[in-house]
Amino acid sequence: MSVDKATVRRIAKLARIALPEERVEPMMGELNGILGWIEQLQEVNVEGVEPMTSVVAQELRMRDDVVTTGGDAAAIVANAPRSEDNFFVVPKVLE
Amino acid sequence: MSEPTEFTLAEARDAVRAKKISSADLTKAFLSAVESARALNAFVTETPERALDMAKESDARIARDEARPLEGLPLAIKDLFCTKGVRTTAGSHILGNFVPPYESTVTQNLWDAGAVMLGKTNMDEFAMGSSNETSHFKPVINPWRARNSNQNLVPGGSSGGSAAAVSGSLCLAATGTDTGGSIRQPAAVAGIVGMKPTYGRCSRWGIVAFASSLDQAGPMTRTVRDAAILLRHMASVDEKDSTSVDLPVPDYEATLGSGVKGLRIGIPTEYRIDGAPPEIDALWAKGAEWLKAQGAEIIEVSLPHTKYALPAYYIVAPAEASSNLARYDGVRYGHRAAGTQDLTELYEKSRAEGFGPEVRRRILIGTYVLSAGYYDAYYLRAQKIRTLIKRDFEQAFEACDVLLTPATPGPAFALGEKSNNPISMYLNDVFTVTVNLAGLPAISVPAGLTANGLPLGLQIIGKAFDEATVLRAGRSIEVAANFSAKPQKWWTA
Repeated sequence: MSVDKATVRRIAKLARIALPEERVEPMMGELNGILGWIEQLQEVNVEGVEPMTSVVAQELRMRDDVVTTGGDAAAIVANAPRSEDNFFVVPKVLE
Repeated sequence: MSEPTEFTLAEARDAVRAKKISSADLTKAFLSAVESARALNAFVTETPERALDMAKESDARIARDEARPLEGLPLAIKDLFCTKGVRTTAGSHILGNFVPPYESTVTQNLWDAGAVMLGKTNMDEFAMGSSNETSHFKPVINPWRARNSNQNLVPGGSSGGSAAAVSGSLCLAATGTDTGGSIRQPAAVAGIVGMKPTYGRCSRWGIVAFASSLDQAGPMTRTVRDAAILLRHMASVDEKDSTSVDLPVPDYEATLGSGVKGLRIGIPTEYRIDGAPPEIDALWAKGAEWLKAQGAEIIEVSLPHTKYALPAYYIVAPAEASSNLARYDGVRYGHRAAGTQDLTELYEKSRAEGFGPEVRRRILIGTYVLSAGYYDAYYLRAQKIRTLIKRDFEQAFEACDVLLTPATPGPAFALGEKSNNPISMYLNDVFTVTVNLAGLPAISVPAGLTANGLPLGLQIIGKAFDEATVLRAGRSIEVAANFSAKPQKWWTA
């Protein structure tokens, strides 16, 4: 399997990474290089094999469903590039 | 007494406890070494004031006979561990100004044990790389150079800054993280010990996430004993990481010297790869001889799916990375592009500006393999192959107790040598990545030098949660190899 230019544009859109038009073709080449190399996995017989879903076999622990933290609005927005009154500020979404 | 900066962690611990040197003096010696080694670019952020404050506190505790296990011992921390109030960048422009309001569990464990922080070490961006060249903060230079050469070499990656800091005597020991070999590969090419524990042994909470089912923190040290000491104080079960395991953490140091007599050492046939330098194979054979001479039994074993590990990794890791890195949106923290008109443009431009080329490439691969119509062909198949790789190990461990392999396919290489071809860079992890896919513990131990004087490592792989045996076998390699070479300190000239 390989990707064409339209697919590269589509996945860049899905990933929310701006990709200037002149970078589409080089990126297509880079991705196809990697995808071509990965292709060898198709030769493995995986019939009846369960996919790995947890690395180490263990029961997921449950914790009590209680509030343990909170009231830290100032700390939460401290790293925000723009904030006002403990809200994150973004460009206008609705006109 | 030797130079304090040349102490092992164990020696420094004993000297500080016996009041032969104060933590303040030890810390000052390292701070001065760090300052005079800026040419190596091992640190992204130096924290001398915090280090001296912590050392002062340690000296006060020692005076009161209240010393904790790592009291007053200066460490370097990979810049992937969140440190409260100290900038944490993950080697990325997108987190260039991020100051965490919380502390990672692993580093909190170390501070609770009395350790001192010297600073945050450089790394490949988001731990994606094998040479430290993808760092936004410029590459790290390996303290080692080939004999009669002044060419700069890479320190491996992604924990390249930590490897260089330990190798160049800029700290007693350092933390690293290992997703596909990022502790063991730089350790091997920088002539130090690096250990990836079993998945779940150390909490991942507060470590900037790359690939959550593969990431694991571990120690990078000068000796196997030091790795045993540091791991014990990094590991813990943690209610903030549901994948951390609730098992007692043994006193690894206590069983370190038990030797390998009667131990069955597996040699996996599939790790003999075409085109590997003869020096690698020769060192590997020597390693087996060393263990045999100490009473171990050497057994050939087969891990048939080995060749599929690296390509499976380059589906699983980018897929998980594309999900994990979705959080960098230019809104809540990190870099935000200027002058955008709407929210989508804000996301797209902030991420395009904030991520470097390798990270962008991996996010796109990950997005593609998870996208509608391709999930089964790529991600699901890779997870099935992961099951087969794990099964290979389980079958091998019916016949043996640990495995012995080379740590890397070659020594440190020159800057720029492999950066134009992603796949040739990825191949540096060919011997280490299988272990991450199966979640197993493994250690890289410096075992010899190439003909032109560059370090090479051997790797011991163990059963899940059997770090104690891995460390024991690693110690036996260390004893036999008697590796005492050190890099020339050309950077202080």
